[in-house]
Amino acid sequence: MFPELNNLLNITPDRAEQGKLTLLCDAKTDGSFLVHHFLSFYLKANCKVCFVALIQSFSHYNIVGQKLGVSLTLARERGQLVFLEGLKSSADVFFQAHGEPHPLQFLREASPGNLQPLFEFVREALKPVDNGEAAWRCPVLLVDDLGLLLSLGVGAVAVLDFVHYCRATVCWELKGNMVVLVHDSGDAEDEENDILLHGLSHQSHLILRTEGLATGFCRDVHGQLRILWRRPSQPTAQRDRSLTYQYKIQDKNVSFFAKGMSPAVL
Amino acid sequence: MAVAATCGTGAGSSACMASAASKSNVTSFQRRGPRASGTDSGGPRLVSIAGTRPSVRNGQLLVSSGLPALDQLLGGGLAVGTVLLIEEDKYNIYSPLLFKYFLAEGIISGHTLLVASAKEDPADILQELPAPLLDDNYKKELDEDVYNHKTPESNAKMKIAWRYQLLPKMEQIGPVSSSRFGHYYDASKRIPQELIETSKWHGFFLPKKISSPLKVEPRSLTHGYLKLLQFIQNIIYEEGFDGSNPQKKQKNILRIGIQNLGSPLWGDNICCTENCDNSHSLTKFLYLLRGLLRTSLSACIITMPTHLIQNKAVIARVTNLSDTVVGLESFIGSEKETNPLYKDYHGLIHIRQIPRLNNLICDESDVKDLAFKLKKKLFTIEYITKLKSYGLQDQKYFLSGHLQRKFVVKKNPYFRGLYTLKKTY
Repeated sequence: MFPELNNLLNITPDRAEQGKLTLLCDAKTDGSFLVHHFLSFYLKANCKVCFVALIQSFSHYNIVGQKLGVSLTLARERGQLVFLEGLKSSADVFFQAHGEPHPLQFLREASPGNLQPLFEFVREALKPVDNGEAAWRCPVLLVDDLGLLLSLGVGAVAVLDFVHYCRATVCWELKGNMVVLVHDSGDAEDEENDILLHGLSHQSHLILRTEGLATGFCRDVHGQLRILWRRPSQPTAQRDRSLTYQYKIQDKNVSFFAKGMSPAVL
Repeated sequence: MAVAATCGTGAGSSACMASAASKSNVTSFQRRGPRASGTDSGGPRLVSIAGTRPSVRNGQLLVSSGLPALDQLLGGGLAVGTVLLIEEDKYNIYSPLLFKYFLAEGIISGHTLLVASAKEDPADILQELPAPLLDDNYKKELDEDVYNHKTPESNAKMKIAWRYQLLPKMEQIGPVSSSRFGHYYDASKRIPQELIETSKWHGFFLPKKISSPLKVEPRSLTHGYLKLLQFIQNIIYEEGFDGSNPQKKQKNILRIGIQNLGSPLWGDNICCTENCDNSHSLTKFLYLLRGLLRTSLSACIITMPTHLIQNKAVIARVTNLSDTVVGLESFIGSEKETNPLYKDYHGLIHIRQIPRLNNLICDESDVKDLAFKLKKKLFTIEYITKLKSYGLQDQKYFLSGHLQRKFVVKKNPYFRGLYTLKKTY
């Protein structure tokens, strides 16, 4: 986790909020550093994490996690982390018909399917263990690249249904958190992606949007981060709070600064 | 407009990249196990697979793409387990060259090849691979090339536009056939037949694999993609590239080359209509292919005619699903052909995406204006923001990618005043 981002979001591992849906969105840049941040943050906060990693392999997250101070292998062995590795199991699911339904069942179907097996997997992973000890704090669901499901043949409405079911279970019933990443296709006119993105923006409590700089590529400022706090359930008596920062990604840390205040420029 | 505020450090980092490139392959760098066996890598092992080297940044195993200049732009090489997507140029003239360089590099390094095409027989593709350049031949090429290009002003100290002097130069490293990573090829000669015969390769020619008319039940993948995926999976499993065959003593890399993926010859109509019913076939194939690659010691190059794909959303999705994306744009038939800035080049090369593997950051090149040219024998990539001088009597024009400014340099050396005539951006 990045300490500066914790300060900006006003959260600490001891005092994590509950019942929130966070949307990570990136446009014209790579926002995956936020996924690493939230993964290490919730592992450090002693929460039970279910990570649906569709876009990269386990070793990738593990190596970056070690730079940020968490060990994913250790967390997985302890039972704190349930990791669904999409890439590794995709070929098996596709070619061999299993007996019991696999969470990635939809890969085999010709027509756009529903994500019910995936939801069952998540629910199974995050349900509280029924022995007396409360080992972990609130459960957390992390999905890396929800928009990838659209490329795999699932419709936008089915993905939104999945998010709805997960929210009802994880955020409301289990009082946990959800963090999902969706790429913003910008001017690529991806209608399904836009439906998904707008639907999620409407439901989320916190939106972190990374954008590339409007002026193009810069070595010292890698992009701009917009933080938007929302209250989807209550009528907005007060306006939603929004902040904008620019950032630079380093080897083990991300530094944030106000717009135009990059140390390279000053 | 890009602002390269600290060109000095840029030059420094490219210098250290150059020194890394010239190091020999076998270093004392202890690398963690390959990504293939990420789950069972006990501790660091010294791996010495021919034709690979660990990345200086994170120990990731890299293979050469066949063009040392492209390797440098991609941060040292192509990572094992990833996909390199080449967006074809409009008339498909230069992308087959990159495809062939990749395969030729595999043959020289002793890797196993898997060539898939719907248009040409893989055996024919292999016959047309370029021949490797040996030490003394390359030196001759380099010398006469440098001689032609040397202009007296190119090394003069610049007074006004001094920042351009700090731009990193494209490294023209010497012949590296003695080292084991990255070789130079002669595009005008064919590879010697005996090299092909001693190499191990598998070919997938679509018309031969699909003999009967389609009688299969509608799956989610186009029939051609399905067959190709099964073929690749079989090869990976049987030859033990995924670590499943413990008897295999000597580890090797599988280089997969897929030509013209997405074109109608593969049975996919994504290039023909905008709203096709099977639009997820290509993206699903890429995802499953990437899954196979990540769990094996292989690297893949795919050329795709993205300029034919009508639906821009699909191009965005394909880009997200690939690791490294390089786009070629040739000047043939476009208005850029007559632009004096591009006079010496045949096209532009765009590095659209570089993966961030095992890391938060990646080695992006600072300069985004890159152009390529195919000389008689060599395919070179150069930065286009170099100053050129047009010798027109007593006027010299300095052009760059970002600004155009006309300077007048008086012939009289005692009056070295520079007058700005016109500013156009």
